[in-house]
Amino acid sequence: MQDSAIETANLRKTFGSKVAVRGLTLEVGRGEVFGFLGPNGAGKSTSVKMLLGLVTPTEGQALLLGRPLGDTGVRARVGFLPEHFRFHDWLTGEEFLDFHGRLYRMPAARRRRRVAELLALAGLADHGRKRLRDYSKGMLQRIGLAQALLNEPELIFLDEPTSGLDPAGRLLVRDIIRAERDRGAAVFLNSHLLSEVEVTCDRVAFIKHGEVLETCDLKTLGMEERSIEARVKNLRPEALAGLEQWAGSIRLEGESLTLEVRAEESVPEVVAYLVASGARVYSLHSRQASLEEMFLRIVGTEAGL
Amino acid sequence: MTGVAVIAGLTCREAARRRLLAVAAAIGSAYLLLYGFGLHKVLESLPGAASRQLLFRRQAVIVLFAMGMYAVNWLLAVITILTSADTIAGEINSGIIQAVVTKPIRRWEVLFGKWLGFAAMLTVYLAFLAGGMLIEVRLIGGHTPSHVPEAIGLMWLESMLLLAVTFRFGASLSTLATGVAVFGLHILAFLGGWVEEFGWLAHSQTAMDLGVLASVVMPSESLWRRAAFELQGPVIGSFGRGPFSIGSVPSAWMVLYAGVYLATALALAIRTFSRRDL
Repeated sequence: MQDSAIETANLRKTFGSKVAVRGLTLEVGRGEVFGFLGPNGAGKSTSVKMLLGLVTPTEGQALLLGRPLGDTGVRARVGFLPEHFRFHDWLTGEEFLDFHGRLYRMPAARRRRRVAELLALAGLADHGRKRLRDYSKGMLQRIGLAQALLNEPELIFLDEPTSGLDPAGRLLVRDIIRAERDRGAAVFLNSHLLSEVEVTCDRVAFIKHGEVLETCDLKTLGMEERSIEARVKNLRPEALAGLEQWAGSIRLEGESLTLEVRAEESVPEVVAYLVASGARVYSLHSRQASLEEMFLRIVGTEAGL
Repeated sequence: MTGVAVIAGLTCREAARRRLLAVAAAIGSAYLLLYGFGLHKVLESLPGAASRQLLFRRQAVIVLFAMGMYAVNWLLAVITILTSADTIAGEINSGIIQAVVTKPIRRWEVLFGKWLGFAAMLTVYLAFLAGGMLIEVRLIGGHTPSHVPEAIGLMWLESMLLLAVTFRFGASLSTLATGVAVFGLHILAFLGGWVEEFGWLAHSQTAMDLGVLASVVMPSESLWRRAAFELQGPVIGSFGRGPFSIGSVPSAWMVLYAGVYLATALALAIRTFSRRDL
C-alpha cells in the first residue's frame, strides 16, 4: 500500500529452536506515531531489527516506505535510535553527527546546517566539541536522538528513547516526537514506559511471544474502555461470575470491586445487573481505562523475561 | 565508493585518536634505534684480514639486514592482528555497528572500508620500518642490499593476508577468539616452515610435504621465507641455517596462492558479515 510507512505480513524470526517473533503482521501509516508495547522478551527489539535489516527474517514479508526489506536506498529516508546505543565515543558530538551525515550521503553544507540545528534542538549546543566519552548517559541519549533525525527522515524508529533521561529530557523527546509527526514523519516507538506511550502515540500494538495481540487506536478505542470501581455488599459468587459477560478483568477484595469493561455503554448495564442480583451498591465510579490497565488486560500479568 | 572512503577515513582517524598510531610509531622508532645501534656494534667488531674484510663485511650487512627484516616481519604481523582483531568483532559486540549499517551504506562497504583503512596504515608502517632500516644499513653498513622491493612486497602481502584472515574471523567470532584463531594459524604456518626447512636438510620428503601442507592451510610464513630468499641471494648458507636463510624456497605458485587466499578470505569476510544478524 502506497500510504503505509511500515507494512508487515507474518514476519517470523527463529534462532535455532527458539522463536523470537512468531508472526508479526502490522501496518503503520505515514505521519503516525505508533507505539510497540509488550513485556520484556516479547520480541520487540528483534522486530525492530528485522525492519531495519539488522536481522534477516526467517519467513514473511515487509515493506518500509513501500520498499522491500534490505533495500539500501530507503535507509536514506529512515532514522534509527538503537536500544542500549553505543557510538564511537572518541568522536566529539559535532564529529559524530557529521560522520553519520556522511553515511547518509548528505552534502557538506547541509551537514553543517543540520549538525548545528540538531545540537541546539537536543540542548547540546555548548557540548558539540566535547568527546562523547565525556557525555553523561542523558547527553548520549540526546545526541543519539539527534543522529536519528539528521536526514529529516520519513520514518523514525526509536527503541527506548527515554531510558536514561531525566524528566526534562523526557519532555524534550515528547516534543520532538510531536514535531516530527507534524512534519509528516511516522514514528515507531518501542518503549516500556506506558505513560510515555500514552501521551505520544496515536496507535499502539500489544505484542507478546512475537505476535500482535491487539492494536488500539488511543484516540477512539481507548476512550471506550472503562475501569469501574465500586463498593458493594452482598455480592454472591455466582453474581460475581456473571459479570464476565461485560468485563475482562474482575477483582473483589472485601467490599471493593474493580472491573474493566470494554465499552462505556456497559457501565449502566453492570449497575442494573448488580442491583438485580441483590447486591447493595454504596458507591460506583467509572473512568477511562489507563494504558497500563489495557496492557495488563491484553498482555496479562505474567512478568516478561 | 563513497561509503568505503567514509569508513576508511573513520578507521584511520580512530587509530590516530586512540593513540594506536602513536604507540606503533614509538615501538617502531625504538626498534630502529636498537637495530641501528646493534648494526654499528656488530660491524665494528667484525674480525678478518684487511683484504677479505670488504667482501665479508658486505655479506654480513646482507645477512644482518635480513635478520632485521625478520624482526620487522614479526612486528608487522603482531601489529596487524592485534590492532584489527577488535574492529569488526568489537563493534558488533558493543552494538556500535547498528547505527552504522542502518544508514544507506552496504555492509560490504563497511567491511571493505575498514580493511582498506587498516591496509593503508599498515602499508605506511611497513614503509617506515623498512625504509628506516634501509637508510641505517646504507649509512652504517655502507651497502644497499639487492632485491629489497621484492622482499618488501612479499612482507606487505603477508600483512594484508593476515589482515584479511583477521577480518574473516572477526565477522563471526569475538575479539579474543579472533586473535587466538589468527595467531594460531600464523604459528602453525611458522612451525610448518621450520618442518619444511628441516625436511629439506634431512632429505625427508614427508617432513617437507607436511610443511607445504601447513603453508596451504595458512600461507603467511611462506611469504616471509620467499622474502628472505630474495634478500639473501648468493650468500645463502654463509651464516648457517636459520629463519633468515632458506633452503626450501616457496615457489612463485605459493605466492600466487597466497594472493588468492587473501582475496578469498576477504570475500568470505564480506559474505559472512553481510549475512549475519547484528
